[in-house]
Amino acid sequence: MDLRLTNQEPTEAERAAVDSVLGPPDSAWVGGERGDDGHAAHGGHAARAQRHLLLPVLHALQGRAGWISQAGLGYACRRLTVPPAEAYGVASFYALFALEPRAPVVAHVCTDIACMCSGSVELVAELERTIGPSGERPSNGSAIWLESPCLGLCEQAPAVLVTRAGETPGEHSISKATAVDVSAALAGTSEQRTETLAPQTEGGGDGLRLLHRVGTIDPGSLDSYRGAGGYEALRTAFDIGPAGVIREVTDSKLLGRGGAAFPTGRKWDAVGRNPSMPHYIVCNADESEPGTFKDRVVIESDPFALIEALTIAGFATAAEHGYVYLRGEYPLAWSRLEHAIEQCRSRGLLGDDVMGRGFRFDIELRKGAGAYICGEETALFNSIEGYRGEPRSKPPFPVDKGLFGKPTVVNNVESLLNVLGILHDGGAEFARIGTEQSTGTRLFCLAGCVQRPGLYEAPFGVTLREVLDMAGGVRDGNDLKAVLLGGAAGGFVGPDMLDLELSFEATRAAGTTLGSGVVLVFDQTVDLVPILLRIAAFFRDESCGQCVPCRVGTVRQQEALLRLAADRPRGSVADETALLAEIAQAMRDASICGLGQTAANAIDSAINSLRVFEPQGA
Amino acid sequence: MSVVPVTISHTVELEIDGENVRVREGATILDACRAQGRDQPTLCYGDTLTPINACRVCVVEVEGSRVLVPSCARKAEDGMVVRTDTERVRHSRKMVLEFLGSSVDLTTAPNVDGWMEEYEAKPERYGPPAPPAPEGARDRAQAGHHHAGDGQTAATVAQPVKVDNESYIRDYAKCILCYKCVEGCGTDWQNTFAIAVAGRGFDARISTEYAAPLPDSACVYCGNCIAVCPTGALMFKSEHDMREDGTWDESEQTVTETICSYCGVGCSLELHVQDNSIVKVTSPLDHGITRGNLCVKGRFGYQYVQNRPDEE
Amino acid sequence: MFGAGGGTSSYREVEETDLIFLWGSNARETHPIFFHRVLKAVNNGARLFVVDPRRTGSAQWADTWLGLDVGSDVALSNAMARVIIHAGLHNREFIDRATTGFEEYAASVEPYTLERAAHDTGIPADAIRESALAYARADRAMICWTLGITEHHNAVDNVFALINLALLTGHVGRYGSGLNPLRGQNNVQGGGDMGAIPNKLPGFQDVESNHEARARFEAAWNTTIQPKYGWHLTQMFEAMERGELRSLYVVGENPAQSEADAAHTLHLLEGLDHLVVQDIFLTRTAELADVVLPASVSWCEAEGTVTNSERRVQCVRKALDPPGQARDDIEIVVEIARRMGYEWSYDGPEDVWTELRSLSPMHRGMTYPRLAELGGIQWPCWDEQHEGELFLHARLWDEPKASGEPAPFNVVVNVEPVDELSDEFPIRLTTGRRLDSYNTGVQSGGYSSPLRRGESLDLSPEDAASLAVAEGERVRVSSRRGSVEAPVRIDSSLRPGLAFMTLHFPDEVETNILTIDATDPKSGTAEFKASAIRVDKLDVPAAEQQTAAGANVAAR
Repeated sequence: MDLRLTNQEPTEAERAAVDSVLGPPDSAWVGGERGDDGHAAHGGHAARAQRHLLLPVLHALQGRAGWISQAGLGYACRRLTVPPAEAYGVASFYALFALEPRAPVVAHVCTDIACMCSGSVELVAELERTIGPSGERPSNGSAIWLESPCLGLCEQAPAVLVTRAGETPGEHSISKATAVDVSAALAGTSEQRTETLAPQTEGGGDGLRLLHRVGTIDPGSLDSYRGAGGYEALRTAFDIGPAGVIREVTDSKLLGRGGAAFPTGRKWDAVGRNPSMPHYIVCNADESEPGTFKDRVVIESDPFALIEALTIAGFATAAEHGYVYLRGEYPLAWSRLEHAIEQCRSRGLLGDDVMGRGFRFDIELRKGAGAYICGEETALFNSIEGYRGEPRSKPPFPVDKGLFGKPTVVNNVESLLNVLGILHDGGAEFARIGTEQSTGTRLFCLAGCVQRPGLYEAPFGVTLREVLDMAGGVRDGNDLKAVLLGGAAGGFVGPDMLDLELSFEATRAAGTTLGSGVVLVFDQTVDLVPILLRIAAFFRDESCGQCVPCRVGTVRQQEALLRLAADRPRGSVADETALLAEIAQAMRDASICGLGQTAANAIDSAINSLRVFEPQGA
Repeated sequence: MSVVPVTISHTVELEIDGENVRVREGATILDACRAQGRDQPTLCYGDTLTPINACRVCVVEVEGSRVLVPSCARKAEDGMVVRTDTERVRHSRKMVLEFLGSSVDLTTAPNVDGWMEEYEAKPERYGPPAPPAPEGARDRAQAGHHHAGDGQTAATVAQPVKVDNESYIRDYAKCILCYKCVEGCGTDWQNTFAIAVAGRGFDARISTEYAAPLPDSACVYCGNCIAVCPTGALMFKSEHDMREDGTWDESEQTVTETICSYCGVGCSLELHVQDNSIVKVTSPLDHGITRGNLCVKGRFGYQYVQNRPDEE
Repeated sequence: MFGAGGGTSSYREVEETDLIFLWGSNARETHPIFFHRVLKAVNNGARLFVVDPRRTGSAQWADTWLGLDVGSDVALSNAMARVIIHAGLHNREFIDRATTGFEEYAASVEPYTLERAAHDTGIPADAIRESALAYARADRAMICWTLGITEHHNAVDNVFALINLALLTGHVGRYGSGLNPLRGQNNVQGGGDMGAIPNKLPGFQDVESNHEARARFEAAWNTTIQPKYGWHLTQMFEAMERGELRSLYVVGENPAQSEADAAHTLHLLEGLDHLVVQDIFLTRTAELADVVLPASVSWCEAEGTVTNSERRVQCVRKALDPPGQARDDIEIVVEIARRMGYEWSYDGPEDVWTELRSLSPMHRGMTYPRLAELGGIQWPCWDEQHEGELFLHARLWDEPKASGEPAPFNVVVNVEPVDELSDEFPIRLTTGRRLDSYNTGVQSGGYSSPLRRGESLDLSPEDAASLAVAEGERVRVSSRRGSVEAPVRIDSSLRPGLAFMTLHFPDEVETNILTIDATDPKSGTAEFKASAIRVDKLDVPAAEQQTAAGANVAAR
């Protein structure tokens, strides 16, 4: 590709950062020293095929320098044969990348809806008072704090993610953060401080299907995992063969837990049968739905389970390459999964001959960089491939044309986790759990105004009231005002819905959704209007901008809500709520992807079910 | 014996607004609508470009589909039942037109006024436009961060025109982010990749790397982005200047098709002539050689024929 | 090729081929819209090989760039042939069916071992080998070339060398496989089609050997045509040198600036008895003329046809009124004929075209309305039902034996460029075009291009360092024929020992002072691509140079 690059030279640090991902350049034509390569060069398709390394390279640049400079990006472009304008388009797509000089240490302070219920508003006010405004570097420091969307530590709110650029870049999370913690983080004296909150597992996870190893095994030890029955499912898979695995998964009636509730068995079958090769299997661990933290808990405490399940999926669908796309805000999950993959490779559970059974399979880890939309499966493909994380048009569907245009299975972490139990008990046995249409158990992320927040597992069909009771009910004995089911893309229900059965079919019938399993509880002390404004701001920030209904609709929705919140409607309140309904309808009907189609759901439900803007409401 | 490969073409039959229509396999719903004489409004669609289906103004209802589908991109299928004029369709089209009309300057976008009327779009109901962004402000927007304002004015993409070279201007206040320029500059044709979409959400914009001026970018001034721009956001500087001076008058222009005088490829040129002077050069989209594309010489290299000494 | 002079394939086929060799062509800059087709092919998965001394914009798209030393094309192609033959990948069946001379050819390439080719071309042996195997193994493959092949003293041999590769592998006469010269100038193809070459009547009918055709023209024109080849341009200059050619009528050419060894050319033109120049500009050549006939601009002030690189005849149309007394080229010619006593009947350009159709069988089906309706027609087009030929030489694949004359292999040997490198002239200068400019700049100089930088001597970073010259510094560039001054531009796409200039800005830097007029005996093309030069710093203190450069900028 005839790239045009500026003459700006990258710094040694930038060069080292890029080379740390790609290795040293092998010719002058890709940024190495000029030597005797003046009579021939190889490039073309092979060079352009490296584009999928763009995102890791951008992370390396950001991590080394704290921002991505034009010279640094230019060097990355030369190495990868990516046009600079495109690379810039990709880098500027992600919230965690800075394209202007930025302080090396950044505290990302969650201001999203779960944290709003547990002190983030006060924390931000305190930070503004003691440190200064968001984004402003204090005169004496090399650090700033920034407001952040949900960090996935909702059960330990308020949450902070600290990123530190430099020779040995690092990231860590701080839960239940105070202004003192943030000051320490900015001074460089803080470290990872989070817990694993899955209260059902205290004293052993007996009776749990998905969380039974959480807290009982050492997530850093493959032996510990195998001691608890790990890798028995893969052995079973090898015994029954790919068709047998797909049959069991189909018989289990397992529905995807990512939100779309598509039958997993059908997906696997379609890819397994597709004659186009290679096949890919992708684990979507980019959970960024506000209020969701289940993938984090599972990966942090049981990483080998995900690797085993992914290996089974690869075996069943004739895929040799698996990807785990983990959101960028999960440093502990990242390091534990990375370590687990290394262990599996060194012990023959990943690689050319898995378990000595002649099956080749390996997993690549990819880190998101702050883009909720990358949880949409086709946006996730683009992100892995080194493009902007914009959703693709469907059809074609991923089972036909997915990652790199090849047949691809995309599964959520929770969906994959279920496969282990299905192979252990058999699909038919699994199908007896839960309800007729929603089989198995479900992970629920309980947060907000709840007594014992954390990750809970319960069979489908459990009622909302029962789930709340598991978590000790509403905090401090307060009255329940509303529950947000399914996250920002889900919907609010009122106290009148406590007996709602939590299954795909029952929630659908009630006009709401289980979504990602969020059960975010608001008591009567919470004003829902700021919550709605935060949701609207979230969608405006996270819209990829590709299609008009979502790009502009999320802005117009926010503007109308701002007018209502300030009690300065254009026309009457009813005019504004009618306008919001019109906006919602267009976004739902005409957006390209699920983000736009659901971006008005929560607000719509708050207005129409909870009647937030009516005098007697809220 | 060797022959030209022939592709055997199958056809599919679908129903559009109650009428059956048969089209070749691979045709889109839009193709089928056009074959039936029911054109649909389009903004981001380009005959010579891969459909990006971003504007969503061409959406239609397809039986069995939960959401509306873009007619420009969705392939027609046997037995498909399509409706192009339902309440849902009209609503989405109206809203798309309102969203664009309230955030983008559409004064030089052809056809839009008619559609606004047809779909009863009222862009003004979102409030008065917010003040234009200062120069460069939108170029620096950080993904995931925005300034919300108070909702009393409608956010827009208004900003100063970018004039940084003698060939084109870029008036991004008129940009609907249809991606056509990016596709034309990119894999669809030119493969120069001088511009891409940068940023995210409402702050997404067409940009060079780090918003560098065009002369510092990879741009080779082929003008193929201008050729596909549906709103006049990208414009030849000659046309822009004449419009500024009030001398641009399309009713006084003739368009003559001829062949470029430079290399031997044989590109078709359409010479737009006003007052015996070439004021713009385009190429027909359906021309087999160029498919609407030219290089810098074909697009701008005509000046020598009219660098005439003042006559008399 | 094998008869008619034109590319064998259509642009459309380029998109659908599996492998493309761009040989001595920087189509990315010189044929940008053709290169779109190459890019479509590449994006469809086709592999691209670019043979060029410079790592050009085109080369940067290549899967493999073969950066041969200037003028070693035959060494490369012969070595590729040897690799193909030794690997048993030559298409024996096709060779038997459709060609002659294979055994001699095979024997002739035998000395071109990879070791020798690596030495002669500079290209690593494995890159040559891989490229040869890829070309031979591809189902469909194209070779496209431009002036990098033909602006050499052995231009025709270079072309034969490429044709040999196609015959060896059967990559010709099939859809998606072919041999395509990309015409550097608008209507170069049409000029040949219309007989504006010394050995052919319109429609590539040979003046000496095609008696039937000659008789047809004689009858139509009511005159006698000598069965004798005329002179090509170089031979004309040789004739001027000998004093045999005393009068010259130049139409739309600027030889005073476009010919190699410009000083010598100028001297010859000045020595003519009578020089007539018909042009749209008062070119440097026109300034020397006894009579200047102002012409209208063919593509926008007149009507007619042109032919492009895929043999497509296309209509040009009048959009503007020509200025002043400028007149249509045909009208001028008709008027001159009239003054010479011939009353030609002439009723517009279509009239001429209709006569051509009656005399050139390959154009017979191309009526004006059909040309407009079909967006041009590719020759041959035998009758009004024929849509023209997508590709040529399908006959070579006829069963059981190719019909018509078999295609001959032509034995060619590698010969170094005439202008040898020496201690005194150690740097190889090659010339070419840039995207936004054209030839001597008389047309392209008229518009203001944001890309234009003016003329420069492009040097590798290594040569610039060893000469201790900086970017923008003016230096003296000398060849065995003369010297010019030019500013230096450092270009990392050049390797040490290789320099580059264009011919676009003769008023700034007359590059053709440096080039050699060694020409190919068959085609008459001069070796613009290979001069030996030396570069000297100017004896100007650095401070003064700075000022001079500043003044230059300010003056713009």
